[in-house]
Amino acid sequence: MTNTWIKIGQLDDIPRQGSRVVKTASGDVAVFRTADDQVFALHDKCPHKGGPLSQGIVHGTSVTCPLHNWVIGLDTGEAKGNDKGCAYRFEIKLVDGQVFLDVKNTVRAVA
Amino acid sequence: MGVLMKKKLVVIGNGMAPGRMLENLLEAAPEAYDVVIFNAEPRVNYDRIMLSPVLSGEKTFEQIVIHGDGWYIKHGITLYKGVKITAIDRAAKTVISNTGVVETYDKLVIATGSVPFIIPVPGNTLAGVLSYRDLDDVTAMMIAAKSKGNAVVIGGGLLGLEAAAGLAEQGMKVTVIHIMPTLMERQLDPTAGHLLKKNIQDRGITVLNGANTKAILGSAHVEGVELVDGTIIPASLVVMAVGIRPNVALAKEAGLTINRGIVVDDQIRTSDPDIFALGECGEHRGTVYGLVAPLYEMAGILAKTLVDEEATYKGSVTATKLKVTGISLFSAGDFAEGDDREEIVLRDAQNGIYKRLILKDNKIVGAVLYGETSDGAWFFDMLRRGTDISQMRDTLIFGQSYQGGTPLDPSAAVAALPDDAEICGCNGICKGRIIGDIEKFSLKTVDDVRARTKASASCGSCTGLVEQLLKSKLGDAYNPSAVQPMCGCTELGHDDVRRLIKAKELKTIPALMQELNWKSSGGCAKCRPALNYYLLADWPDEYVDDNQSRFINERVHANIQKDGTYSVVPRMWGGVTSAHELRAIADVVDKFAIPTVKCTGGQRIDLLGVKKDDLLAVWSDLNAAGMVSGHAYAKALRTVKTCVGTDWCRFGTQDSTGLGIKLEKFLWGSWTPAKLKMAVSGCPRNCSEATCKDVGVICVDSGYEIHFAGAAGLDIKGTEVLGHAKTEEEAIEVITALVQLYREQGRYLERIYKWAKRVGSPSIKSAVLENPEKRKALFDRFVFSQKFSQIDPWEERTRGFEAHQFAPLADITRMQAAE
Repeated sequence: MTNTWIKIGQLDDIPRQGSRVVKTASGDVAVFRTADDQVFALHDKCPHKGGPLSQGIVHGTSVTCPLHNWVIGLDTGEAKGNDKGCAYRFEIKLVDGQVFLDVKNTVRAVA
Repeated sequence: MGVLMKKKLVVIGNGMAPGRMLENLLEAAPEAYDVVIFNAEPRVNYDRIMLSPVLSGEKTFEQIVIHGDGWYIKHGITLYKGVKITAIDRAAKTVISNTGVVETYDKLVIATGSVPFIIPVPGNTLAGVLSYRDLDDVTAMMIAAKSKGNAVVIGGGLLGLEAAAGLAEQGMKVTVIHIMPTLMERQLDPTAGHLLKKNIQDRGITVLNGANTKAILGSAHVEGVELVDGTIIPASLVVMAVGIRPNVALAKEAGLTINRGIVVDDQIRTSDPDIFALGECGEHRGTVYGLVAPLYEMAGILAKTLVDEEATYKGSVTATKLKVTGISLFSAGDFAEGDDREEIVLRDAQNGIYKRLILKDNKIVGAVLYGETSDGAWFFDMLRRGTDISQMRDTLIFGQSYQGGTPLDPSAAVAALPDDAEICGCNGICKGRIIGDIEKFSLKTVDDVRARTKASASCGSCTGLVEQLLKSKLGDAYNPSAVQPMCGCTELGHDDVRRLIKAKELKTIPALMQELNWKSSGGCAKCRPALNYYLLADWPDEYVDDNQSRFINERVHANIQKDGTYSVVPRMWGGVTSAHELRAIADVVDKFAIPTVKCTGGQRIDLLGVKKDDLLAVWSDLNAAGMVSGHAYAKALRTVKTCVGTDWCRFGTQDSTGLGIKLEKFLWGSWTPAKLKMAVSGCPRNCSEATCKDVGVICVDSGYEIHFAGAAGLDIKGTEVLGHAKTEEEAIEVITALVQLYREQGRYLERIYKWAKRVGSPSIKSAVLENPEKRKALFDRFVFSQKFSQIDPWEERTRGFEAHQFAPLADITRMQAAE
C-alpha cells in the first residue's frame, strides 16, 4: 500500500483542543489537535446528520458534534455511548511540527 | 323575588364518568344544582378499572373507592343506593324508580354505562356463569375461586385477560377461550399478541385461540364448556368477557335517538335538550368509548355544558395498558398496515421486548410496545400532537432518552417532557399541573399528588412517571447531600465548583481541573463551557477566555444551522432601525446571496444561510454601516424589546424605547449563565410583552415597575414583580444589580426564572432592592466587568483575531487534480 502524504500546515496552525478544515477534492476533512498535541483527521461529517465535526468541542480524544451533541472518537471515527455510526478516518502524520495528510487514502475512503 | 331557586340535576348511574362530571361541576359552580343520583348498584362511586387488582388480591374494595359516603353528604348530594330508574317521563320531566320514587328534573344525565355481552349459547344462564363488570361479579369470582377448581374465561381481550390473571392468582386453573387467532387483537398486532400469549401461558393459564364456544354444560351449576370442535373443558366458573354493549334500554324506552349507543352531540346532549348521556352508554360522532380517559374528557365537557359554558367534545384518541402485574404492554392509535404507511420495529428476543411504531407522513399513527413501555407516554404524546418525527426517525424507536445525543436517566426523560404532556391518561392530567401543584401545595408523596391532582389515582399505571416528577422536583431539596454533579468528569455540583473557584482562586481551566480532581484529562463538552463562563464571570480582568471551550456559536459569533451555514443578526438597539441600516442589510443580502431574511421575535433581522467563509466579509460590511453583533447566538444579553412609549403612543407613560436602548447599550456584551432577554413596555397594556421576559419593565405614571423571572420557551411563566423605581437611573441600577447577582449565582444554562426559583425571590429582592449597599456593590462589579467585555466581537475578528476559526487550514483540491 502506498501513501501519498501532503503537507497541510504547521501544528501551531491548529488550536489545542481545536480543529481546522482541509478542503479536498472529495469533501472537507476535519483535522483535530488534542490538548496533548496528538493530531487526527476525520471526514467533516457527523455520521448522525452530517454536522461539521470540525466545529465541535474537542475534549480528550473525542469531539462533540455541534448539531446534536453526538460524541465521536477521534482515533476511531466511531460514535460513542449509545449512538451508532462512524465517520471516515484518514491517515495523518506529525513530523517536526509539520502536519501531513494522506490524500490518496482521503480520496479512497470518502468515495 | 326571593332566593333564586336552584335547578335540579338528576343523574342515573353512579359510575366513574358521572362521578368525575359532578366533581367538575361542583368545582365550577357549587351552588348551581341540587343533585340527586340513582345508583342501581348498592354502593358509592368506585374505581371500576381497579377491579382487576381487587380480584388478584392486590387491593381491597376500600382502596378503590373514589367518593365515600362523606363526599355526598359534604356536597349535599342525595344518593339513592341500589335504586334503579325504570322510566323517564320526558313530558313531565320526571324519573320513576323501581321502589316507587318519583323525582322531577330540570336537567337529566343518563349514565347507565354498559352491559356485558352474553353470548347466546345454551347454558349461559347457569349458576356459576358470570360477567366481569362490577364489584358483585368480582366478589362472586373470589368466592368461586376458593374452590381452587377450573375456570374458563371466554374472551381474550383486555378484560378477559385481567380476569384470567386474577383468577389464576387466586389459585384457579384457568383456560382462556378466544375466538380470534391472537389475543387482544383490537389493541395489539399479531406479534405482540403472540408475546402476550406466551407470557400469559407462563403464568399457568391455558390459552385457546380460534376457539368457538358451542355450549355451556351443566344442570343447575356450570360444569364445563363445550367448543364447536367438540372439545370439552371442565369448569366450575365461567367468566364471559367478550365485550360490552351500551346500556340504552331506558333511553330507548323514553324515545331518545339511539344508534349503537345513545346519540349525543359535541355538548354531550341527547336528542332531548334537557337530557344528556354520559359515559359508555353514549355514542359520539359514531364512536362508543369504553376506556376511562375519553369518558373523563366527556365528563369535563358536560360539566361545562351544564353551567352554560361553551365547550366542545371532539372525540378522543385512546391508549391502552394492560393491568396485569408483570406484563408491560402499551398500545395506541391505528396499527394496520398500508401502502402509505411505514413502520419501525425493534425486537429484543432476549429481553422479551417488541416495539412497533406505525408512521404515516412522518407522523406516528400507531404504537405497540411490549415488554418495555416507559416511552409509551412520549410516543402517545407525539401521536396526539401529530409531531413530525422525520428529524429523529433513526433513533425514534429507541425512545426519548436516546434523542439529542447523550442518553439520559429515566427522570430526565420525564423532565424533558413539555408541561402540557399528558402524564395521567385516565384523568387527563398534564405534567405542568402536577409540577405546579407539587410546588404550590408542597406535595411530598405520590398519595399527596393523587389527592390533589387525581394523577395516578385511577388505573395507577402512571405512578412511575409521577414518582419521577416528584424526584425531579424534590430530589435536591429533600436530600441536600445528593448533589447533581456537573457532568461525568466530576462529583462536584455547579454551586460547589463556583464556590471553590473563589475560595481556591482558580483562574484557568487546567488549574481548576487539577485542583478539583477532574476525572477526565480535558473535561467534556458539558463542563468546559460552564467552567469557561464561571471563570470569566468571577475573574473578568484576569481570566483569558478559552474559545476552544465555547460552543461553536460563541466561537464564531454566529448561529450554526442544520446545513453547517450560519445566521447573522446585527444589533438593533431597542428594536429601532433606520433606512441607512436597512439599506446596508439589503446590500449585504444581495452581495453574499443570503437565501433567507427573517424578522426575529426580538425585534431585529436575521440573515440565514451565510457561508462560514463569508462571515468576516458580511460583518465587515455591517460594521461599516455602524452595526455590531447582536449576540443572538450567545449566553449573554440578547435583545431589549420595546414599544414606542411616549414618543408616539397616546397611552405611553414613559420613554420606553429610550429606556430599552439605554439598557441594551449598558448591558450588551456581558456574558450570563444563559441567554438574557428583556423588554420595556410604555404602559401596562404591555405591547412589548415584558411580563414573559427574563427581565421586563412596565412603565407607569409614577415610574418603572421592574419585573423578572418570566419565561416563554420550554416553560411559560409570567414574571414576578421585583419592585418599583422612580427614575430611569434607578431602574437601570436595579436591573444591572439583578443581572450581576444572576451572573454570580446562576448555574450555567440556568435561565433567570429557574435561578430565582432555586435561590428564592425574597433573597434576590433583598440584595438588589432592599439593601442599597449590596445593590451598589453588585452594580459596581458589573460595571467593572463590562470594561473587558464591551468589545464588538465582529469588529475584533474582522481585524484578524482568531483568524484560524474562519479559514480552512489548507485547500488541496488543486493538488489532487494535478495528480
